[in-house]
Amino acid sequence: MIEKEYAYYAGCSLEGTASSYDRSIRVILKALGATLRETEDWSCCGSTPAHAMDHVLAGALAARNLAIVERMETATLTTPCPSCLSAFKKAHAKVTQDKAFSDEVNQLLDLPYKGGVKAKSTLQVIYEDVGPDAVTSKVTTVLPDLKAACYYGCILSRPPKLAAFDDPENPVSMDRLLAACGVDVRDFVFKTECCGAAFGVPKKEMVLRLTHKVLTMVQDCGANCVVVACPLCQQNLDLRQAQVNRAMGSSFSIPILYFSQVLGLAFGFQPEELGLDKHIVSADALIRSRRPKGAEDAAPPVKEKARKSTAQGTAGKPGDAPGAEGTASAAKEA
Amino acid sequence: METIHLTGDTLNNFATEIRQTTGEDTSRCYQCGNCTAGCPYTEFFDYPVSQIMRMIQTGQREKALNSRAIWLCATCETCSTRCPCEIDVADVMDGLRNIAYREKRFTERDIRTFYEAFLTSLKHHGRIFELEIIARYNLKSGHLLTDADLGPKVMKQLHFLPKRIKGRDDVARIIKRFMEKK
Repeated sequence: MIEKEYAYYAGCSLEGTASSYDRSIRVILKALGATLRETEDWSCCGSTPAHAMDHVLAGALAARNLAIVERMETATLTTPCPSCLSAFKKAHAKVTQDKAFSDEVNQLLDLPYKGGVKAKSTLQVIYEDVGPDAVTSKVTTVLPDLKAACYYGCILSRPPKLAAFDDPENPVSMDRLLAACGVDVRDFVFKTECCGAAFGVPKKEMVLRLTHKVLTMVQDCGANCVVVACPLCQQNLDLRQAQVNRAMGSSFSIPILYFSQVLGLAFGFQPEELGLDKHIVSADALIRSRRPKGAEDAAPPVKEKARKSTAQGTAGKPGDAPGAEGTASAAKEA
Repeated sequence: METIHLTGDTLNNFATEIRQTTGEDTSRCYQCGNCTAGCPYTEFFDYPVSQIMRMIQTGQREKALNSRAIWLCATCETCSTRCPCEIDVADVMDGLRNIAYREKRFTERDIRTFYEAFLTSLKHHGRIFELEIIARYNLKSGHLLTDADLGPKVMKQLHFLPKRIKGRDDVARIIKRFMEKK
């Protein structure tokens, strides 16, 4: 079910404030049978501060890591962090398309990058290489109280040509992976609105306003938790939620989970194994009711049980907007 | 009202510079305003992004490079996703920041301080040390209590020593070579 092994790049956030994302990703990929090889002695991708300063510097900081992966003879690098992903994709695109840029980047590097590495988000690996059906086959636990708003943030699927994944306006990959675990996924219109990104420290007032809008829309769609794939989104929505409430006079208390944590819970792992104890707004009340799959109906007929799990895996859940099927498969082909 | 005298030079020079920096052809912009309509940051900008695009077309170099908007843009890519002319608008904003950086025009001091704290940490350790960035930012910006309220909460998420990599000298050399070339 897995195409091959992957070079894994955790990224700096996942060693610090987002360590729960790293833990839960490793746990579920192991359960799904994928092999992650550490990118040896990886360095920071440069992120926003580098590309704001200079594209060549940003390209070189990202390409140092791509060059390491190239020497590992692993064709695909996967990273859970959309910001690192974007840095790698931009560096790779420019190095392979623009000879002058490539020369400038390689002049800054000890070890040149030749252009042989494809970067994929870990969400993309799980959605496309593993797939929702394989995810369903690992589900042992139901989460009856979760009503999820899947929040993708800005750059997982954008700009479309560079990201080459999912739909840029209405991404559905997380919705479908959660539906494959039987989770109630809500229609959420702010899937790709920006949370304020890296401005949390220098421009907090801006981030609090944007985050307030996102949380308001979460509440409006009837969700009781937000499911994310980005460490910055998680940080802005969770760690800063009390700041939002103080600044905007709101009273949100909405747990913000990584999609990998929800999958991990559905696979039967304990909250602590997935780092849920690290989060600020506790999800305890929402996940307390989880129970073994099938335990809800005492010994249902085998046939009916099988049909039910297939329906959970593939049928359109409320979270799938009309037309999403077509756009998602179009994105997959591209 | 400000009068702009459009000559061949004003019209072409700045747009050419942007094209050389980013590869983007801003002359294709016909001012539909789609970028501004989707921009989550437009309420904070001094000029909406569609006006910045027009400034490039009409050679208003000073005004564009001294705008606050170019620093407040978070590269969320909404504009680039929706531009009917397929201009990578976010990349144009990034190109303007690159030029402003070279010319030391920083209209958003705190953002610059934050970016430099980040790059300093990167240079020292090869990876980012979150606690050091916020400490350095607070000292250099003079906003000593930024996020102090998060202190007790964030403790369980942070690590307290930098994760120094073996190749931190390689990373420092990348930055050193870049600075020397400038």
